[in-house]
Amino acid sequence: MSQTSHFCTFYLDKLLFGVELKGVQEVIRSLDMTRVPLAPAVVSGLINLRGQIVTAVDLRRRLELEPRPAGLLAMNVVVRSEDGAVSLLVDEIGDVVEVEEDTFEPPPETLRGSVRTLILGVHKLKDRLMHVLDIEKACQMTDVAESAAAGR
Amino acid sequence: MSDSDIVQDFLAESYENLDRLDRELVGLEKNPHDSNALASVFRTIHTIKGTCGFLGFNKLEKVAHVGESLLTRLRDGQFTLNPELTTALLGMVDAVRQMLKEIQSTGQDGEVDYPELRETLTRLQQIGASAVKSAELPAHRKVLSSVPKKRSKAAKLGAAKLEPAAAAISSPPPELATKELPTEPVPARAEEPVISRPEDVLEAQHTLESRSRDKAAETIRVGVNVLDKLMTLVGELVLARNQLLQISNTVEDTSLQAVSQRMNLIATELQEEVMKTRLQPIGNIWSQFPRTVRDVALGCGKEVKIEMEGKETELDKTIIEAIKDPLTHLVRNSVDHGIELPEVRMKAGKERSGRLILRAFHEGGQVNIEISDDGAGLNVDRIRQKAVERGMVTAEHAALMTEREIFKMVFFPGFSTAEKVTKVSGRGVGMDVVKTNVERIGGSVDVQSIAGSGTTVRVKIPLTLAIIPALVVTCGGDRYAIPQVSLLELVRIEADEVATGIELVHGAPVYRLRGRLLPLVYLSRELKLAEDAKATADKDDAVNIVVLQADERQFGLIVDQINDTEEIVVKPLRKQLKLVKTFAGSSIMGDGKVALILDVLGLAQRASVVGETRARTLMEKTAEAAAAAAEKQTFLLFAGPGDSRMAIPLSTLARLEEFPVAQVEMSGNRWVIQYRGQILPLIRLQVVLEERRNKLRSPEIPPAPDSPPIQVLVMNHEGRTFGLVVERILDIVEDRADVKSAATRASVLYSVVIGGRVTELLDIPAILRGADVSAMPPGLAARSAGVAN
Repeated sequence: MSQTSHFCTFYLDKLLFGVELKGVQEVIRSLDMTRVPLAPAVVSGLINLRGQIVTAVDLRRRLELEPRPAGLLAMNVVVRSEDGAVSLLVDEIGDVVEVEEDTFEPPPETLRGSVRTLILGVHKLKDRLMHVLDIEKACQMTDVAESAAAGR
Repeated sequence: MSDSDIVQDFLAESYENLDRLDRELVGLEKNPHDSNALASVFRTIHTIKGTCGFLGFNKLEKVAHVGESLLTRLRDGQFTLNPELTTALLGMVDAVRQMLKEIQSTGQDGEVDYPELRETLTRLQQIGASAVKSAELPAHRKVLSSVPKKRSKAAKLGAAKLEPAAAAISSPPPELATKELPTEPVPARAEEPVISRPEDVLEAQHTLESRSRDKAAETIRVGVNVLDKLMTLVGELVLARNQLLQISNTVEDTSLQAVSQRMNLIATELQEEVMKTRLQPIGNIWSQFPRTVRDVALGCGKEVKIEMEGKETELDKTIIEAIKDPLTHLVRNSVDHGIELPEVRMKAGKERSGRLILRAFHEGGQVNIEISDDGAGLNVDRIRQKAVERGMVTAEHAALMTEREIFKMVFFPGFSTAEKVTKVSGRGVGMDVVKTNVERIGGSVDVQSIAGSGTTVRVKIPLTLAIIPALVVTCGGDRYAIPQVSLLELVRIEADEVATGIELVHGAPVYRLRGRLLPLVYLSRELKLAEDAKATADKDDAVNIVVLQADERQFGLIVDQINDTEEIVVKPLRKQLKLVKTFAGSSIMGDGKVALILDVLGLAQRASVVGETRARTLMEKTAEAAAAAAEKQTFLLFAGPGDSRMAIPLSTLARLEEFPVAQVEMSGNRWVIQYRGQILPLIRLQVVLEERRNKLRSPEIPPAPDSPPIQVLVMNHEGRTFGLVVERILDIVEDRADVKSAATRASVLYSVVIGGRVTELLDIPAILRGADVSAMPPGLAARSAGVAN
């Protein structure tokens, strides 16, 4: 029997993403956010997570998707990164799914750009594909900071 | 427990032991017959050696072994400690420390096993032994070596019970405890048949037990991360408590209110206690200074005695770490530069050995650390000359500078007056680094010196970095905190004065602050919060300027709104945001929202108020300092009754307030006002200054409802807070105020020329006395200080 693992899934612009469940600290509703001027655009702001200040990353921007439509409140998927907790802002939370190793495939060669470094691959679920997100890379800001600054 | 855990524990314990060794060896040098200290030194080295053997660090074991052999001879009284031996032993301590570091980084025994050092130590064993043999053999030495045999029975008896206690100190093997015991009482009563007295053994046992309780049983080692976590949790608890209090106030339930009140008290107390866990006595870093001083003094042929006062003064752990290097540098400097050679001192009629005094004490929510020496003092002319030579100031400016300003020059980069470059200091790096490091943690450095009799360097630092006072401002709808240390003053330009008040120098906005141009920075523009168009359109509103100090430069920061000052808990920013230099950290405000803390220096650099390097502004700075000349004081100018011009030193002022007359209430026949949850007594200058007979005739009446708002200077004096009602606030000026004449009426200290005009300087204590509180008991007097009858 091949190895199985659990993924916490969520939606971004109707796409299904998943992060490994063991990397997820908690999932919470939208919280009051303090914006950080001059920060990279992918940083939505800072939230107060029970006394701990956590950076919130707008995953839509990070993955170069369309901006979140106004009025749609983001959910926080708080993940543990090397540098402490980071909140990933997503559109909607999905189920926790159990997948087997053999449904995994690396991303197709046609997937280009910076997004390629963030997506480890996909799991082929019954009815759709689940994008597997690299938590560490998604939380890293150094490379995007420069490109964001250059873009301004 | 895994192997690496054991190694980590071994390392942590050994570092502590080595620090103690440094202290004890230096102490022993002065008092070589302190058998207690000697036994402790021996024990420490023995423990390290033993553990090394156990963990398989053979090279380290070898080095420790030769040290131990030498110490055995010392302990057995075969010869006494002299500077040469001390140096060799300290060398061994350093070697061991070095090797431990290697173990820490590589997890393995180091490459080097210090053959020369071991050779020296072995050689010293022989030389030392022969040297003492030829010298007179102290009688008690013989006794010492013979006593253990005679005593062995009694000693063993004691040792059996002592073992657990001794093990707790630093786990020496059992035979050590046996050996150590006789060393204490024996030299003193060597002639007596001490052995047969069981109370001695009991006494020694008691000492040992109590010592072990002090050191081991009542402290435990806790990781800093655990304390940090506790701190965070307490912060959370406080926020939750605040919410609970709010809810309980809206619900009519007395039992809930009682519980939430108790919760409130407990949470507050808990917060204080947890804060305390992060505090450490400054003695922790001072303890290594005797060693430092000894090494430096020996290196340059000086004799220095070090004294310490206030070792127990407590500071936050992070601060302790941050000031360790600057302090070490200052101490070295004092020994190397400050204190003269013994011959020079004798010639000057001083004691042969110099004194270095370290003092630490709390003052006004800050910790002061003073490093004083009784050396030659700073040479003003020499510094002046050096400054001119280095091109830091022109000769004309230098001639104008006061002594105090000259002393400040030693903190400028690349400045050193040491006649020759020594190993320790004189390379011109150091003092500026000291200053930068101290300022980085929100402290300040000041130097005072009297030629011929010594120098004192005073370092002032905040108690903690975790909680700082800050000014909270609003900009673009968000709140930002500005650390109070950078804050100089607040200026408000009313809407109708904005157009004329803010001028442009080729597009760069400036404001004339007391005759000098203050560069202005719009926070919203710097943070790209608002479109430039909007910022300029705001010209119709009043403008709030926060005058800030960044690296000796002043600039005005324009914000939308000034909220209040608050004590905030600083939380560092995550790595992702470290790139944003404008923010120093973040904090959670009372309502649970996050606010960013502005990094004033970073902001100033972004706005190009200060250059990246300090050196660039150096010329301007010194020029400014020279132009300012003499010691200036800052005064608050205001109009008193009858439009008379009056002033108080700005330092006596807490705040300036404006109250509508409707807020003034009468308490008896006195004016009071509700202010920040207190009743603030108001003293009307008009009434105080009136002739006494007039006063008696005119009882106080409430202000007419249609009169304009009153201007109040809120002041603190000897624990009393009161408001002084004045006619109009004029300005804040800096002046030397050295032309004085005697006062012409009561409540005035003297008349003085400020800003070219005669001004009356108020005598605050006299005003309080004049408010006639004699009929009141002292307790009440404080509250009714503002009363005139």
